Amino acid sequence: MEEPDEITTEFLVESYENLDQLDQELVALETTPGDTERIASIFRTIHTIKGTSGFLGFAELERVAHVGENLLSRLRDGVLALDEARTTVLLRMVDAVRTILGEIERNGSEGDARYDDLVADLERLQDPDATDAPAAPPPPKPKSNAAAAASPGGGAGPPNVSDSSIRVDVGLLDELMNLVGELVLARNQILQHAAGTDDTTFVSTTQRLSLITTELQEGLMKTRMQPIGHVWNKFPRVVRDLALTCDKQVHIKMEGNETELDRTILEAIKDPLTHVVRNAIDHGIETPAARVAAGKDATGSLSMRAYHEGGQVNIEISDDGAGVDLARVKAKAIGQGLISEERAQRMSDRELAMCIFMPGFSTAAQVTSVSGRGVGMDVVRTNIEKIGGVVDIVNRPGRGMTLKIKIPLTLAIIPALVVGSGGERFAIPQVNLLELVRLEGTAAASAVETIHGIPVYRLRGHLLPLAYLGEQLGMSPTARADGDHRPALNIVVLQADDRSFGLVVDEVFDTEEIVVKPLGPEIKKLSTYAGTTIMGDGRVALILDVLGIAKRARIVAEGHARGGDDPPAALPEDKRAPTRTMLLFRAGLEGRLAVPLDLVSRLEEVSEDRIERAGGHHVVQYRGGIMPLIDVRASLGLPAPADPEPLRQVIVHARGDRAMGLVVDTIVDIVEDHVDIERIGGAPGRVGSAVIQGHVTDLVDVRGLIERVDPTFFREDAA
Amino acid sequence: MTQQYCTFHLGDLFFGVDVQRVQEVIRYQEMTPVPLADPVIQGLINLRGQIVTAIEMRAQLAFGPRPADRRPMNVVLRTEDGAVSLLVDEIGDVLELDDAHYERAPATVRHVVGDLVPGVYKLEDRLMLVLDTDKTLKAVAAA
Repeated sequence: MEEPDEITTEFLVESYENLDQLDQELVALETTPGDTERIASIFRTIHTIKGTSGFLGFAELERVAHVGENLLSRLRDGVLALDEARTTVLLRMVDAVRTILGEIERNGSEGDARYDDLVADLERLQDPDATDAPAAPPPPKPKSNAAAAASPGGGAGPPNVSDSSIRVDVGLLDELMNLVGELVLARNQILQHAAGTDDTTFVSTTQRLSLITTELQEGLMKTRMQPIGHVWNKFPRVVRDLALTCDKQVHIKMEGNETELDRTILEAIKDPLTHVVRNAIDHGIETPAARVAAGKDATGSLSMRAYHEGGQVNIEISDDGAGVDLARVKAKAIGQGLISEERAQRMSDRELAMCIFMPGFSTAAQVTSVSGRGVGMDVVRTNIEKIGGVVDIVNRPGRGMTLKIKIPLTLAIIPALVVGSGGERFAIPQVNLLELVRLEGTAAASAVETIHGIPVYRLRGHLLPLAYLGEQLGMSPTARADGDHRPALNIVVLQADDRSFGLVVDEVFDTEEIVVKPLGPEIKKLSTYAGTTIMGDGRVALILDVLGIAKRARIVAEGHARGGDDPPAALPEDKRAPTRTMLLFRAGLEGRLAVPLDLVSRLEEVSEDRIERAGGHHVVQYRGGIMPLIDVRASLGLPAPADPEPLRQVIVHARGDRAMGLVVDTIVDIVEDHVDIERIGGAPGRVGSAVIQGHVTDLVDVRGLIERVDPTFFREDAA
Repeated sequence: MTQQYCTFHLGDLFFGVDVQRVQEVIRYQEMTPVPLADPVIQGLINLRGQIVTAIEMRAQLAFGPRPADRRPMNVVLRTEDGAVSLLVDEIGDVLELDDAHYERAPATVRHVVGDLVPGVYKLEDRLMLVLDTDKTLKAVAAA
């Protein structure tokens, strides 16, 4: 005895349902023989059964359904009229189909029964003249009817699959989910109330209620779950077609088809996954010739794996192709102006590999029908992040790559950190949360530094831009100020896009499971909120949209393309240079200079008398070591101002435990703008010029200046 | 033809909204303010698990602020995108009014309350201004 597999089970459920309807329809048809719509509907049902049974390899079922279909098609086309004999034979066919299905359900195969008589009758009645049934057909009819009647009604055998599963309207499930959400909220309220009483009966009943609610929530969540196989099953075909188009040989392997996900999430990952698969075949897996030359099997392999881990679903898509060619990615990303040369030099291999997710990035030399339009991978990441997921790459140059996607099981109820600001509470989705920093007393007072009005905090040596929640939401504009008498400073370190930033809040409460409720249209237009929720005390709290807050605080560029809202196709046409955050400063009398902020590790002030000379260079004692100084004014050959300031501004560029200081006169501002670098004249010490905030600004070649002083500074082994 | 109106007071004016559009009328509820939102949006109310946006009708109609000692009442309207509450001074009765007493709003009334009031019912002792809820909500969404 063999258990039917999942596809077969599904086929059985569906077929049983359709057959029940067929019985009624055929009988009804006898009274209204001209109802072509009804015949067409019966035809479709039998056609479906025929198709699927052929696909699943049930030959006898297919044969019966096939001749039945032929007869039905002639009835449908009006060539034949339905009479009693034909109705009878069609009902016999339905019975036969049901018997075979029952056999399949019990044994996993059709069994040995043959329906030659039935097939012969079905064929014979296709002849318009053969209206009168001969003596032969009637006898088998009661027999097969009896056999069929015995199985559903008799209770002798195990129940049909259709008896143990029902179809439920998705809308009803959504509604139930809402109700359970309400129940969770009510439960939270009661729990809070119970915490403050001594009534033991009440407390224990509350605990039971809490437990039941959790189980109900989990149970209902399960009903909305569908196996990822629903989405994956189409991939073998996609892979085959694509491989043919690209002249490649690809073998697909899938694991964890039964891994279940909430249906809304399943819907959301469908397109991104398809894109990843296409990408792997088009870019990842090499042509058979190239593979053989590289000592690999001519057939590439693509493996997809899905599994549950820690309340999340992991999806891994690996290929054994060429992997991400980092040198090419670097060249392309710089060539397309997505990252600067300096930045590229300092990026780790992993960071470089992640460049393929940048908007507008494409390494394909040619735009093909498959890919190369540069609108793909960033949309993949955007869509995954939209549902609270994360994407990561494991690159094995020459041996392939693995794309790892982590997504939550559901969107309806999410873990969130509850914070307070301006007397109100806000929820921050946990997926955006990196860490919490709490500073007390004097540490709080001196922790926040400002670079020309922009507050920053040194988090393990890196400058973390800060945003004050109260101020960003316009609630308490005076709350800011570094030295005010606030007892503690709470920094919630968050991830928005690729940047991390610190959100300063008044209070940090707890993490809680919150039920996400949508915003009304009056509030939806505010990008700072992602939704609302109801807290344990019954009050409404707003859920913060971390990216929206970051944009508002100008930590992430406003115009940054984030898929979704913008049509992706518009991206390549956007000829605007990418936005970058630049530090503007002055050195000497001449115009404005700038360096990218990501090359700035720290800003320091040094008084003239602390500058010493060592080894032919100006140096300063800095953090227990010696930091060489580069006078930007002298290096760029700029005239000195008449009365130099005694206090010099130093832009520190640190690399490992080494640091270099660029001495400038005044720091002007930090701006974020579209930076389109043009090389003019090739003046020494400059990368080029760009228009920043409407002014022509020279971009200082930090790397070049530093190498002039210390040629080994950027070598890997020296770092 | 008669029509039923749910009535309320706002300042010294008397308004009515189509009773079909009213989900319920409730006393003052605690609200969660929505920072950055238009001042017309007074906050969010938890109405038995349903999140309701509260609209300050005094602000919408550019009346002065409500006296500090008076708390607003909620006229909760049913809309396609969930419920919305109108914050008003005082709730009146549900009135069944005859179309015969209806008249298009005179220009002077429109001067005070804009085009949110298409018409007026002439009651025995006073006038009842008909508030067009669709237009009101649209005005809020556009704010």
